[in-house]
Amino acid sequence: MANRIGRAGGALMLVSVLALSACSSGAGTDGGTDAAACAPSEGPVTLNFTTWLPGMEDAVAIWNEKNPDIQVEVQTGPNGNGGTYKNFFNQIEAGNAPDLGQIEYDALPNFRVQDGVVNIADCAGVMDAQDQFIDWTWSQVTFGEDNAVYAIPQDTGPEALFYRADLFEKAGIAIPTTWDEYAEAAKKIRAEGGYITNFSQSDINAFAGLVWQADGQWFQNDGTAWDVTLDSPESAKVAEYWQGLLDDDLVATLPPWTDEWNNGYNSGEVWSWVSAVWGANTITSGAPDTAGNWAVAPMPQWNAGDSAAGNWGGSSTAVLKGSEHPYEAAQFALWLNTDPEALTSMNKTANIYPATKAGGDLPAFSEGLDFYGGQNIYDVFAEAGAQVNPDFTWGPTMTQTYTDVADGFSAAISGSGTLMDALKSGQQKTIDAMKAAAIAVNE
Amino acid sequence: MSAPTTSAAKSTSVAKRLRGPRESLFSRAGAMLVMAICTFYFLVPIWWLFVAATKDRSDFISSAPLWFADFNLFQNIADLASYRDGLFFQWMLNSVLYAGAGAAIATLFATMTGYALAKYAFRGRETIFNIILGGVLVPATALALPLFLVFSQVGATNTFWSVFLPSLVSPFGVYLARIYASSSVPDELVEAARIDGSGEVRTFFTVSTRLMMPAMVTIFLFQFVTIWNNFFLPLIMLRDEELFPVTLGLYIWNSQVSQIPEIRALVIIGALLSIIPLIIAFLGLQRFWRSGLGTGALK
Repeated sequence: MANRIGRAGGALMLVSVLALSACSSGAGTDGGTDAAACAPSEGPVTLNFTTWLPGMEDAVAIWNEKNPDIQVEVQTGPNGNGGTYKNFFNQIEAGNAPDLGQIEYDALPNFRVQDGVVNIADCAGVMDAQDQFIDWTWSQVTFGEDNAVYAIPQDTGPEALFYRADLFEKAGIAIPTTWDEYAEAAKKIRAEGGYITNFSQSDINAFAGLVWQADGQWFQNDGTAWDVTLDSPESAKVAEYWQGLLDDDLVATLPPWTDEWNNGYNSGEVWSWVSAVWGANTITSGAPDTAGNWAVAPMPQWNAGDSAAGNWGGSSTAVLKGSEHPYEAAQFALWLNTDPEALTSMNKTANIYPATKAGGDLPAFSEGLDFYGGQNIYDVFAEAGAQVNPDFTWGPTMTQTYTDVADGFSAAISGSGTLMDALKSGQQKTIDAMKAAAIAVNE
Repeated sequence: MSAPTTSAAKSTSVAKRLRGPRESLFSRAGAMLVMAICTFYFLVPIWWLFVAATKDRSDFISSAPLWFADFNLFQNIADLASYRDGLFFQWMLNSVLYAGAGAAIATLFATMTGYALAKYAFRGRETIFNIILGGVLVPATALALPLFLVFSQVGATNTFWSVFLPSLVSPFGVYLARIYASSSVPDELVEAARIDGSGEVRTFFTVSTRLMMPAMVTIFLFQFVTIWNNFFLPLIMLRDEELFPVTLGLYIWNSQVSQIPEIRALVIIGALLSIIPLIIAFLGLQRFWRSGLGTGALK
């Protein structure tokens, strides 16, 4: 056991330097690609699955009933960055990680670099499942490597524009289809005494979604080392746009996910929100007094006539290092994220929007919602899901990057510095953090 | 015990005030003001919690945060009790067990250790005491990860014991017990018990613990609060919802708010209920505790 800890520590260093260099070459040096490792186990198997999705027990119960020989036990933790990722790394080091874990797309590269997830590409059925998933979610779990799959996509967060249909209509403001129109609308709404939206200083992944839509990249891996481009031209364009709105006091700056913020929407002070599909539920419960007055339209575009969408959030089910039953674990992960019954159950208990192409056809997504004036908002999101740039890559130190950029954004909102300054300093701190973790970086 | 003691205490304090120098009105008003601000500062969050717990969801967002809207407290408690088959009350029970039994045993251990260090001269006594004192300085969070690795080795993570066993030691309790034993348990009394034929163990349980009761109550209270509020250790050790203490359970629910915003109300009502045992422990034990500290001071 002690030996194992030592090896894990050594592997961490080694993998971070070497493994990613194997990305493009597809050479077998990255460990984990072991066909023999993915043979079915003999006899009945019990798998542990750690997740923070409320009500996962319901979906798992369906599986357990159908598969008496592969029983799954659900374990609960706080959301990923709230402690579960840290726990996963501790458990991997101690050699007693659960067989399966929920991991968000933005955290998955970190697990990959630290050799914490099993490559399940050789497990039966996994490679064949590619066609079932929305293209960009599949590249999130393969990192573009050949013969590699590090997790099964679970849900996505394609973005669209939530807006107060009644207020826009009453004020005679057209629904903006480009970001220029959005800024124009922002001025008119300010004149009416409201704000067009709220700019969140702490949801850096939401900002990343906007950069994603603008065809920007924050991270790229060229096969030998990482490029960090938080300050890329696309990223700068998005930052300058929002900085302009902030400077002119055209957007609210309420701290997100607080009562104050809910009240901003509930009282009609804030009129719209560019958010992910799961945001529908946030508004429904956060602004109950505005029921029936909301509608959803595609995201504003940078160039008229374009149809690009950003993405905010989404997670996958990964087989964690040390699992003794990768075959069974992979089968369960596949079933959980493709079976209509499982997807319906997760949608009901946790508002999950599936990552499969067919997921959008589930009965749960085919009805108009009263809160949104009877509109079937999921049509808009299904379309947006297909318009997300498949090549967006997350870096291996996202938690750190989020914190650093959020510090800068808060400062920018309180008037010292700009969003661009925050991205630049986040860029430098990210490079430093990657170097400190012995991850190769291009400068 | 209470009635005569308090009235006696009152009369002495009145007598003292009459005899002592008169404070100026200004300094007294200043002191009162500072205390009033502090009281306000400490009570407002609890007041907010109480008020928020009585509201339904739409009032919670739209009404004034520090005053009541429709009174929904009992409905909210009923919702909490029905959500996930009353899982919350399982967590409360776990917390009571971790904190109650853990603090009781920790108190016994600390008292025995402190008493031994105070009353018996043996080689290495000061060294042991200094090492234990060093333990006071090590934050519990710094020990959580090594403990996790140790428990992993023996395959005992995600069990009741992984949270319960580490709560049984209280270096601060040993320190307090030693100081208290040396000042409140006279050597003559221990001698007398020995001459009367009492063994050491019997002397400890029948004579010494009675004299040390105020210190023991203090240790119990400190340890109870520490375990009740301990969050990091269960976070690292436990995966099974049925084993969670209430702090961890509420934290996890709170982190699910982005998925199911309705949980928000349950977290708030749960937070209110979760502080009730602490309030009971303080109110129930404070007179023992205060009189204990008081007699210690007079000596």
